[in-house]
Parts: sequence; C-alpha cells; structure tokens
Amino acid sequence: MNLNILVNNQPLTAEKGQTILEVLNKNGIKVPTLCHIKDMLPSGACRICLVEQRKTGKLVPSCSQPVEEGMDIITNSPKVNEARKTIIELLLSNHPDDCLYCSRNLNCELQTLSNNYHVRERQVRGVKNNHHLDLSSASIVRDPAKCILCGRCVRVCEETMGISAIDFINRGSNSVVGPAFNKGLNTSSCVNCGQCIVVCPTGALTEKSHIPELLEALNDPKKIVIVQHAPSISVSLAEEFGMETGKDINGIMNAALRKIGFDRVFDTSFSADLTIMEESAELIHRIVNGGVLPMITSCCPGWVKFAEEFYPEFLPHLSTCKSPQQMLGAIIKTHYATTTGINSEDIFSVSIMPCTAKKFEGQRAEMTSKGISNIDAVLTTRELAELIKLYEIDLHNIEPELADSPLGLRSSAGKLFASTGGVMEAAIRTAHYKLTGKELVKFKINEIRGTHGIKEATIKIGDLDLNVAVTSGLQNAKDLLAQVKEGRMDLHFIEIMACPGGCIGGGGQPINSDENALKARMKSIYSIDERESIKVSHKNPEIIDLYNEFLGKPLEEMSHHLLHTTYEERDVLK
Amino acid sequence: MLKEIDIILDEHEGAAREDLIPILQEIQENQGYISENAIVKVGDYLNLPTSKIYGVATFYNQFRFEPKGKHHIQVCRGTACHVLGSSTVLDQLEKHLKTKADQTTRDGMFSIEVVACIGACGLAPVICVDGEFYAKVTSDSIKEIVETYRNKID
Ligand code: SF4
Ligand code: SF4
Ligand code: FES
Repeated sequence: MNLNILVNNQPLTAEKGQTILEVLNKNGIKVPTLCHIKDMLPSGACRICLVEQRKTGKLVPSCSQPVEEGMDIITNSPKVNEARKTIIELLLSNHPDDCLYCSRNLNCELQTLSNNYHVRERQVRGVKNNHHLDLSSASIVRDPAKCILCGRCVRVCEETMGISAIDFINRGSNSVVGPAFNKGLNTSSCVNCGQCIVVCPTGALTEKSHIPELLEALNDPKKIVIVQHAPSISVSLAEEFGMETGKDINGIMNAALRKIGFDRVFDTSFSADLTIMEESAELIHRIVNGGVLPMITSCCPGWVKFAEEFYPEFLPHLSTCKSPQQMLGAIIKTHYATTTGINSEDIFSVSIMPCTAKKFEGQRAEMTSKGISNIDAVLTTRELAELIKLYEIDLHNIEPELADSPLGLRSSAGKLFASTGGVMEAAIRTAHYKLTGKELVKFKINEIRGTHGIKEATIKIGDLDLNVAVTSGLQNAKDLLAQVKEGRMDLHFIEIMACPGGCIGGGGQPINSDENALKARMKSIYSIDERESIKVSHKNPEIIDLYNEFLGKPLEEMSHHLLHTTYEERDVLK
Repeated sequence: MLKEIDIILDEHEGAAREDLIPILQEIQENQGYISENAIVKVGDYLNLPTSKIYGVATFYNQFRFEPKGKHHIQVCRGTACHVLGSSTVLDQLEKHLKTKADQTTRDGMFSIEVVACIGACGLAPVICVDGEFYAKVTSDSIKEIVETYRNKID
C-alpha cells in the first residue's frame, strides 16, 4: 500500500512498513545516523537522526519511526539542527579531542558531524573517561576512550558474525564496549575479522599497524623486503585515492610498491593457484578414499579460528591446506631464497591483505619454521593506502608494471579468490580437469557467484555429481553448519569466508564500504576472469614450473611439509 | 564451591534467557559474588555468550564480581546520606583502602559496597561494617573505624 507524505514541503510516496529514514534515503534526502546499520533492526540509541513533525513540533528518530499516511516532516528545521548539534556536543563532552593524532583523522563520522553542525567550541565539559587502550589482540586495537557507544560493532559481531565477542558493559557514564569481564580482546572469542573496525564511526577500533616494523625493514640495507598482494587489493585500493570504485589498478599498485622500495613484488593470486592445486587434490583424495566429507576450505583465518573455538568437531573437515598468504610465505623463505642465493634470514616478507585476521594468522605458531615467521608483516588495504600517501606517490601519474617473476604470474582462477565463491569455482575447474582429463565446457558457475549468504550448486564431473555450498558472513556459516550437524549428508565441499562477500568485503578494506562498493569490486574480479585467457590454476606456467623444479606433486612430501598445516581446539571465553 | 553453581543451574532446568537475572542473583547469594567461572557455566547452560551475561550483570548495580573481603563495608548513598556528604565519605574510603566501590582490597581484607538506602536516615551519613552500623560518619572518623577492623582479632 502506498502512503503519501510531505517532506520539507515536497510530496513523496512511501510504502507501508518503511521507516522515515528509508523513504528519505530513497529520495536522496540525507539525514545523519550513528547507531543505525542498514538492513538491521533499528536500535534507536543515538537520536542523531531526529526529524521534526511539522504539525506537533515533535522530534522523532527517523531510523526507527515508521511512515504514516499524511506525515508532514521537516528534516532540517532550526529545531532539528539544534537538537542534533546538542547531541554531538554531548558526544564530544568526554571525547579525547586528539583528532590530529588519530588514525581516523579526516575519515571520522564524529568529526564530520561536528564540522557539519558547526560545533566550534566545547559546550559541555564531561569527565573524560580513562579507559585503557587494549593492545592484547594480534589484529585489533581498541581505544574505548574514543568510543561513542553507538553499538554498531556489538551488533555486527553478534548479528553478522554470530560471535558476540564484545558487548556493552556497565551503564550510564561508566558504559564501555568490550569483551566479557572487560578483559583483553585476545581472551575472547574474537576471530579478528575486523568487521567491527569497518563499521566504527570513530577511531575506537583500528587495526594493529605493522607500518613501523615495515619502515624499519625498508630502511635497513641488509634486508631484502618482499611483498605479496592479495587478489582483492587491486580492486579496492582505488577507492582510497578517489578513483572509481572497483577499478582494477593492479599494475599501478605494482609500480607504487616498487617506488616505495620493495625489492620484489609478488602476487598472492599466484599462491591462490598453488592452493587450488593442493586443495583440489585433497578433495579428490577424500572423495576417492572415503575421507572426511564435506571438506571445508581453510584459506580464511577468521573462519579457521571460529572453527577452532566453536566447532572443534568440524576440524577434521577443514582442508589441511595453508592459506595463499602462508603458502607464498613458506615458498619465499625456502625455495625462492635458495634458488636466488638470498639468506632467508635477510628476507622481510610482507603481505598486503584485505583482512585483519591475516595479522593473526601470520603469527600462529604453526606458521613459523625454526622460530622464524614465514610472514613478517601484514598490512591491510588501508595501511597500504597510508604507506602510498607517506611516500607521496601519485597513483594518477605512474605507469603500470608487472609483478616479479617467478611467484608473480597468476591465472584468473587465482584472482577469483577475492570474492565469495571464488575458491570454490577455481577448485572445481581444476578438480574437473584432474578427474576427467578435460576442461569444463563452461567455467563460470553462476549459482555460486553474487552476494547471497548461502549459495549451492551441483556440478557434474564425469560420473560424479559434486555438491557444493558457499557461504560468507559467519552467522550464515553457522546456519549452514547446523544443517550438516543435523545430518545433512549430500555436500562434498563447502567454502566458508568470515566476511560478508568474501575478501572484497574484508575487515581490512576501506572504511565504510557499502553494498555498491562490494558489488563493484566483485564485478571487476569477474570481468578479469572473463577477459583473460589462463582461466585455470593448473595452466599457470609458473605453477607448473614450481612443481617440476621443487614440489613434486600435490600432497607429496615437499608440499605436505611446506603447504599444509594443522588446527587445534581453542579454549577462549565464548 | 563450583558444585553449588551446578546445583543452582540444575534447579533451573529448562531455563531460558529471561531466567538470567534470577539465576545470577541466586549465585551471588550463594557465593557472595559472580565469578568468571560462574558466568562461563551460566553461558553454557543458557547458550548465551559470556560477553552478553557480563554486560547484563554489570548493568545492574546489585552484582559484584570479586569475592567479599574479610570485612564488608556498606556505604549508604540514599538521599539523606547524600545530602549530608556520603559521597565525600565514599571518596575518602576508596582512597584510604586503595580500592573502588564494589571491589575488594588486594589483601582481601576489605570490600566496599554502595547501597541505595539502609533505612537509617536519622543516622546519616551512615555506613555498616560486617552488619554493625556507624552513625554520622565523617571523612576522618571513617578511617578510624576501618582501622579498628583491620586490627581486630577474631
Ligand atoms: S574482529 Fe570480528 S570477531 Fe572480533 S570483535 Fe570485531 S567483529 Fe567481533
Ligand atoms: S567501538 Fe566504535 S562501533 Fe563500537 S560502539 Fe564504540 S564508537 Fe560504536
Ligand atoms: S541513527 Fe537513528 S537513533 Fe541512532
């Protein structure tokens, strides 16, 4: 049923059941929000979204108020603006005010609001809370002093991720958001996904920066600094520099990394191809030999930790394959070092990831050999942007370059890892070839593309009907695993990514990426796959060479030793 | 000690989220406080994350998360006491014992609890140590009172 309302004296039609905010946004009318998250139930906590009902003069929160027939609303009356300004002043009353030193300077919703509403002096002087920085996590830094208690992180962690590592503690002016017992985040069930960071309006949640140690290595003449970049970085970095969302700037990024001083630039999509060689072999091995099925992917460190905490009974289902980051890390410090005559101790191995959990993964005990980590520093997409700015590199005016070879060439299948469903699609392509000796007639598997939370498909591989499922956003994974737990038997292979949409929606990606950004990045990845000619991992010439020269065959001794890993049940505060 | 939590939970068979507060109250009554272990057990039992339970429990002033001290001091913050300066008294007490309201000193000797109104408004500001009332306390007298307990031989 359509409703007629008036907004700022303009007649608009609305649908019954919509909130005022939804109608306003649909019609291009802006209203500030803080506690609101699109597509989640409104919490109505912050009141910044107030609008005025003309007839009564009443202020109502637009994010939670449903539209009614004949409503007459003003979105920017003096009364509205005054009320919003007061709310901002109250939020600022106990805020640290150290914008210049904050990593979210110029990218902070509170700062923007106080600027937009002309807050020019401190009106309310509250007692500054003396909450401590929480540096306990390998990935996430919490600075509760900057928290404005909007609750977005709490909701994302609970509703999108199904984890609830953090919640509101205490009440009134003592309120703080934190893990149980207000302990360090490292004691909690937090999987380091960083989804809370990308929704936080302020600098209260940030990644643990690895830039300082990287700069030290770059300035150390003895160090050979090697970088790899994950499949999704080339399609998300552009946004940080005001370029078109989703634009693929792979070559420009390679050039920029060299200008910064990296000695070698490799592509994690290369080791994604390597992962596919191992993982498809493992899948076939499990199917042929009656191994544990469904097999579940293991490239996402958020999902892996989640499984170790909440689903230890599923650990035998996890592929033993290391993630592409860790596979390349292992190859760089072994085979690559030996063949190029570099002492592996002189290598500083860096990866650029869309992900904060990769920082945690890099530090896992399983990912070191003889006490040396395979990966020395992990930077998020955001940190890479910071680095490029620090070195004053003008991305608009440099020529694209290729990655270094070997370890820099990839198939488009490896690139697909960026998006939910991509690992699955790449694995199916290679598994089909390995099982039948023939390539798939149609590489693109539409059923497992796109942003849906759970996607399924059945693929005919010779006589085998391979049943697969793909899920992203750990709450969706929970729902899917519940089906398996309840006895669902048909699935052979499941891909799980912690972040909604997969790595393109990772917690290390640009702040405030919306659904459109996600779709643009996804489209960009698919069009690379459309365009390029090497569409399968097993045809990547550098992969073929690596097996011939060094690894032997997938799952054989050398691969097993370098490229596979183990998992362990984790006791955390759940 | 932990046994009792299990017994309490057993008595709440079929309990759901709504029973969280009564369960926590019972545990506190039995154990004197809500331990980390208790929250973990309740979480397992009600299938609730520990962060949620801790969040709910800290929202209400009635719960404490440390065992009571050997001597338990209740400070009344009712209106009458407030008017006659109970907040300064509390401040002084916290400073003197180097601990905070609802917490326990490191040596386990004293714990402080803030209570709404003890119902002895005529004696304001009033505190109560191990069940004994002290009337018209001042910032100075409170230290003396506390020290007599410290040296008490039971
Ligand atoms: S990083 Fe992920 S799991 Fe950890 S608190 Fe944030 S949203 Fe929750
Ligand atoms: S940490 Fe950030 S997202 Fe979470 S409540 Fe505070 S301001 Fe909001
Ligand atoms: S955005 Fe509407 S109340 Fe917070």
